[in-house]
Amino acid sequence: MSGTLFFLDIFKDYSSDELSSIFVMQGFSGISLFSVFLLMALGLAIIFGQMKVINMAHGEFLTAGAYTTVLLSDLVTKYIPAALPYYFFIAIMMAFFVAFILGYIVEKLIVSYLYERPLDTLLATWGVSMVMQQSFRLIFGAREDSATMPEWLMGSWSPTESISIPINGLFLLLMSILMTTIVLLLMYRSRWGLRVRATVQNREMSTAVGINSKKVDRWTFALGCGLAGIAGAAFTTIGSVSPSAGSLYIVDTFIVVVFGGAGSIIGTILSAFGIAQAQSILEFFLTGVLAKVFVLLAIVGILMIRPQGIVANKVRQ
Amino acid sequence: MNTLLNNKLTGNKDQTVSFLILAAVLFVFFPLIFDIFRLNMVAKYLSLSFAAVGLVLCWGYGGILSLGQGVFWGLGGYAMAAFLKLEAAANIAKEAGSDQIKALSTIGLPDFMDWNQITELPYIWYPFKSFPITMVMILVLPGIVAYIIGVAMFKRRVSGVYFAIITQALCWIMEILFVTRQGWTGGINGITDLRTCLGWDIRTDSAQYILYFLTVALVLGMIIVGKLILQSKLGRLLVATRDMENRVRFSGYDAADFKIFIFCLSGVISSIGGAMFALNVGFMSPKLVTIEPSIYMVIFCAFGGRLSLVGAVYGTLIVCFGRTFFSELFPESWMFLMGTTFVLITMVFPRGVAGIVEDYGPRLLALFRKRSAGAEDLRIVKQAGVS
Amino acid sequence: MTLKDFVLSIEGLTVSFDGFKAVNDVSLYVEQGALHVVIGPNGAGKTTLLDLICGKTRPTAGSINFLGHELTQMPEQKIVQAGVGRKFQTPSIYPALTVFENLEISFPRGRSVFGALTFKRDKAVMERVHDIADMIFLKDQLDTLGEVLSHGQKQWLEIGMLLIADPELLLLDEPVAGMSVDERQQTGDLLNKICKERSVLIIEHDMNFVREIAHRVTVLHQGAVLAEGSMEHIETNEKVIEVYLGH
Repeated sequence: MSGTLFFLDIFKDYSSDELSSIFVMQGFSGISLFSVFLLMALGLAIIFGQMKVINMAHGEFLTAGAYTTVLLSDLVTKYIPAALPYYFFIAIMMAFFVAFILGYIVEKLIVSYLYERPLDTLLATWGVSMVMQQSFRLIFGAREDSATMPEWLMGSWSPTESISIPINGLFLLLMSILMTTIVLLLMYRSRWGLRVRATVQNREMSTAVGINSKKVDRWTFALGCGLAGIAGAAFTTIGSVSPSAGSLYIVDTFIVVVFGGAGSIIGTILSAFGIAQAQSILEFFLTGVLAKVFVLLAIVGILMIRPQGIVANKVRQ
Repeated sequence: MNTLLNNKLTGNKDQTVSFLILAAVLFVFFPLIFDIFRLNMVAKYLSLSFAAVGLVLCWGYGGILSLGQGVFWGLGGYAMAAFLKLEAAANIAKEAGSDQIKALSTIGLPDFMDWNQITELPYIWYPFKSFPITMVMILVLPGIVAYIIGVAMFKRRVSGVYFAIITQALCWIMEILFVTRQGWTGGINGITDLRTCLGWDIRTDSAQYILYFLTVALVLGMIIVGKLILQSKLGRLLVATRDMENRVRFSGYDAADFKIFIFCLSGVISSIGGAMFALNVGFMSPKLVTIEPSIYMVIFCAFGGRLSLVGAVYGTLIVCFGRTFFSELFPESWMFLMGTTFVLITMVFPRGVAGIVEDYGPRLLALFRKRSAGAEDLRIVKQAGVS
Repeated sequence: MTLKDFVLSIEGLTVSFDGFKAVNDVSLYVEQGALHVVIGPNGAGKTTLLDLICGKTRPTAGSINFLGHELTQMPEQKIVQAGVGRKFQTPSIYPALTVFENLEISFPRGRSVFGALTFKRDKAVMERVHDIADMIFLKDQLDTLGEVLSHGQKQWLEIGMLLIADPELLLLDEPVAGMSVDERQQTGDLLNKICKERSVLIIEHDMNFVREIAHRVTVLHQGAVLAEGSMEHIETNEKVIEVYLGH
């Protein structure tokens, strides 16, 4: 027992066969954690990574998307139960629009005045998150709600006898891949993405070449919030929703974006993957919370060595 | 001599006046109008205001936004609570034969350790057996933690938003550790049932009066320390680093050193506040050191005015009283009110209450001057810095 | 000449940003007491060269030797303390401080945390600040806030902030940009006075100004040295005329 390193110690009770199957199984659960992280972080990667706005209310936009889904599922169950297998796709779109419109309003009323003072966006959006949380509490009550899931999202899929993968986890993974692809195409292949990147890099110059930077900011922020709304809708497949549900994710999400290297969506993807895998593998050997501490400490340590995050270019200043 | 001292302490008359008004409010006005229950509440809020005073120094002047002040505040609080808890446990051991002692299997250990099957005092608790060492720990522990974080971050030039997020992560680490290491920290309940300090019952009315005045004296002391630092060349260098870090570096200064210093100092100031909290309230809990309380500390500071040490105290008192008052009065809608206030303060009054007073105070005084014809009033107004 | 006679010797200096070589194998020697000017078209790597010397950017290869110190390994403030002062292209002064305070904060004493806490405005400081203010034509503006100075005055103030630390080598990035003809003349005189006691490395675009002050000129082009020598020599160099002076 004594004499060996603590780190090696935790592996010693397992045979190598057991170890490899543990890694495979935890790897699967890590993949669904990865899709959760990625879905949450995509919107913030745009708002925080590109626009440098510290949106503390990001989690509340997620909650808004989740409640939209719950509301729609209740309505469908009550009035058109036949549509239950299909409603979820409409719910995703509605979640996006609700969060998008809320984001648009918040940008117009508050954030647009604070672009010169990035640290102050933190305080203002913290206030926004208090107001939004309380609104949810008044409208939906303090207890947890959950959406009725279509049949096809339940159960699990077994490719072999020993492996079974829950369908909702698979669905989440597909969603996150789809959303990431759309965001990447939008940011790096579309005219609009070019405008966003130009505005972010040099606001004055892009205004001078005829880009309406105010409009770009507003739509970018709203899009980021809309993505959070989609994440909220997707989350109803794996859990219930409460007024403060979104705030539980906010720190995780920020860490994913910062660790990936703000401004790089590829970095966000890599960092979500790395953090999720590390956490779920460590979780098997340590208790969940200690795994979290290890992962956080590792992230802080790596950020000390590479303050710019894992993906960043060397820039000529 | 007196004016010379005043100038040295506060720089100009306006600031001296605002400092003296704060001293008068805390030392005279509150004890006159509040009963001991309310006064103890003020003492509790004042313990939080230490963190806000520290934030004025490191955020307002140094430009370092720390979302982890709760960590330092908590270190001080837990250190003090650990000492008081050991004393409480020893007292229970002395009252052998009582029901409480029969329920414990290990005499002289804090109750929560007993519940967690810990039979020997953990080594990290040893320093808190002694009062002087505990006092040193309250100052040194946060200093060391802040120094390590500061060196690691500022020497690597991590700053702004990144630093804020990393300090928030540290807050989270502290919360997880303090909640899960139940046998060492009392877990989610924290350290409770603190009754005496060096044999002195801290729950009596007279003790709470004395603790209130001690807290006030310490807050005012911290403000003076802060003022002295801001008045020195170090204060100018801090502002210079905040605004033009590159120039400071190319004037031959190691800008990181000044940031580390002010970050450590603000940590130590917060820690003293945490220790006073444990004394005033009689418990310490991990709920008070997590991410949300740390953000509240920033809000106290922003509300009072991030460039005003005196404002930080007002900011804390107003926000805390507002929270207590409105959550009792309008349990449904007080969060709307608080949220909206933060948004407005940030957007319209970025210099907080202190900024409002500086901008509108002179005008109000001028109005007051017009209405009153007495020469005495004129003289007072002139003294308050209106020309 | 031996290495000893040079204040600054740069050898094989290269820096690349994502594969783009902004400075490519540059060697350059600055003599004691010289007024050495670097010219070149936009993007030639002039400012990057100064960034490399003062430690703002780190090179990929090569060495920078300053009076026996290897600057490529030193942190910025140590480079300054060794005696290298840097003026930036856009004047970088403390806008919220007065001219006096700007100079005082640059006075080379009390540079540690403790030193800054106990720093006192004594007679030596006062005298030195007044001397420098006189030298940079700002003695009547000591109580003016940095932000209200004219562009030219800000340039002078920044030079003064360097001079008060008494450096061996001054790096000046376009010191006469945005100056009137009179101010330019005054700056020329100032630079001539300054280089009596120290060496100066200047980046400048204004060829008339360069002609007036330069002891020696290096032409950079696309990150590499194109030509070096006296101004007369440079002005007759065909390659230089082709890429730079010709237009």
